[in-house]
Amino acid sequence: MNISLFDVLGPVMIGPSSSHTAGAAKLARVARTIVEKPFHLVTFGLYGSFAKTGVGHGTRQALLAGAMGFKEDDERIKTIETLAKQEGLEYEFYEAELDGVHENTAVITFYCDDGSKMRIIGCSIGGGRIRITELDGLASDITAESPTLLITQNDKPGVIGAVSGLLAECGLNIAVMRVSRVSRGELANCVIETDGRIGAEVVRQIEKIPNVRSVRAINI
Amino acid sequence: MYNTIEELLERQRRTGTPMHRIILQNEMNLAGITEKEVYTRLKKRYEVMVASAKKALYQPQSMVLGLIEGQASCQQLYAGKQSICGPFLNELMAMALSGSEVNASMGRICAAPTAGSSGILPAVLLSVSKRYGSSEHEILSALLVAAGFGAVITKNATVSGAEGGCQAECGAAAGMAAAAAVTLAGGDGEMVANACGIALMNVMGLVCDPVAGLVQLPCSYRNASGAVNAVLSADLALAGQRTMIPVDQCIDAMYRVGKKLPGELRETALGGIATQPAGKEYAKQLQALTSSKKED
Repeated sequence: MNISLFDVLGPVMIGPSSSHTAGAAKLARVARTIVEKPFHLVTFGLYGSFAKTGVGHGTRQALLAGAMGFKEDDERIKTIETLAKQEGLEYEFYEAELDGVHENTAVITFYCDDGSKMRIIGCSIGGGRIRITELDGLASDITAESPTLLITQNDKPGVIGAVSGLLAECGLNIAVMRVSRVSRGELANCVIETDGRIGAEVVRQIEKIPNVRSVRAINI
Repeated sequence: MYNTIEELLERQRRTGTPMHRIILQNEMNLAGITEKEVYTRLKKRYEVMVASAKKALYQPQSMVLGLIEGQASCQQLYAGKQSICGPFLNELMAMALSGSEVNASMGRICAAPTAGSSGILPAVLLSVSKRYGSSEHEILSALLVAAGFGAVITKNATVSGAEGGCQAECGAAAGMAAAAAVTLAGGDGEMVANACGIALMNVMGLVCDPVAGLVQLPCSYRNASGAVNAVLSADLALAGQRTMIPVDQCIDAMYRVGKKLPGELRETALGGIATQPAGKEYAKQLQALTSSKKED
């Protein structure tokens, strides 16, 4: 049997829907982890079933709570709008027009305190599982089911080798690795899933590798 | 390795290993974790289950439209009075309703196997373990068996209402809970399998027709009746009744029937009670709420 008992019993979550509530919260929480920086405004573009049935399933509260860092089993999700107001966080929901995406998709835009903004698109694919499909216009494929490293680098030889060598030195086994680039010799994206938690020290060391532009660790 | 209930039973017959230990060993190999870790994870989930089965018993939970608000406390109050089914079944139903109410009100639950059917297994575990004075380890071992059966159903059929209707959600949950109940009562492996098969037979073809698309009605009543389905199937099996159609074939039948259900009756709110005049009226009320949210 290759299905875990804990895929049958679980997730532990806030009701009523694993895709429209728990998945929505996780999606926004992973997005927040990717953004890293403090933000004062976050907007959510709802598409498909998220837009149509979201109100009945608490999708909005779940997304907002996730963006604020709350886990999908946190009972404060229900009253998150009050908490957001107390913290002075502004938020907005709108209906998104998208093409060829999953039925439960959200476009989450974070407006950071340093003036930058980041736009993340992702979907809730059922059973509380999620997939981040786009980061600032770059296609990506992040499920955050295992600890994940997200690296942006200059598309030059040797970067990937240096990263994987460093991970081996740190005792981190690579489970999945995907590299994609905008165009040859320019920017490239690397998503690495590992078998163990990715510590802050590993991130600092990867940042020092030549041609690495940014590094983020997602330990969910 | 097993992929069917028959393979589980066959391994049990051949090795003499109790069913819960075969399932446990599989999980340890699969996840690369120790026995203690499996039980720790089970316990964490069980605690969430217990809390959801009790939370709404004395306190109605607020929710959008409020279609099932206060159902659990209503039944719990009645459970103490003269009744047809007696306190055991009425308390069982009250706890299943509580799980549904907590889920609908954005409270914390453990999907088992889904959020919409999450009231069934906790209610059955609590009621049956109370009757037999089971230890915590026995309850967690019964939960292991339930989850093991759920994994087989997930693998060979579906537990998604959108794919197989309510029989796939509340039916699977009842089948899992029936297996757990027989385990708690000390029945043998054949009885555990028969109980699961009977529970699935009892609701073969049950459609998913959520009013206004919400996980409220008829979900809460399907959780209450699913819990009763589980314990009656367990008693039938413990008495020595056999399904005659092996449980794996019941699972396959459930899957095939689910596939044949029209889309209108698979979680789309386009059929069943959802499209009756009263159901449509609630959908209209929800629509009004959605529109007013958009104007915010």
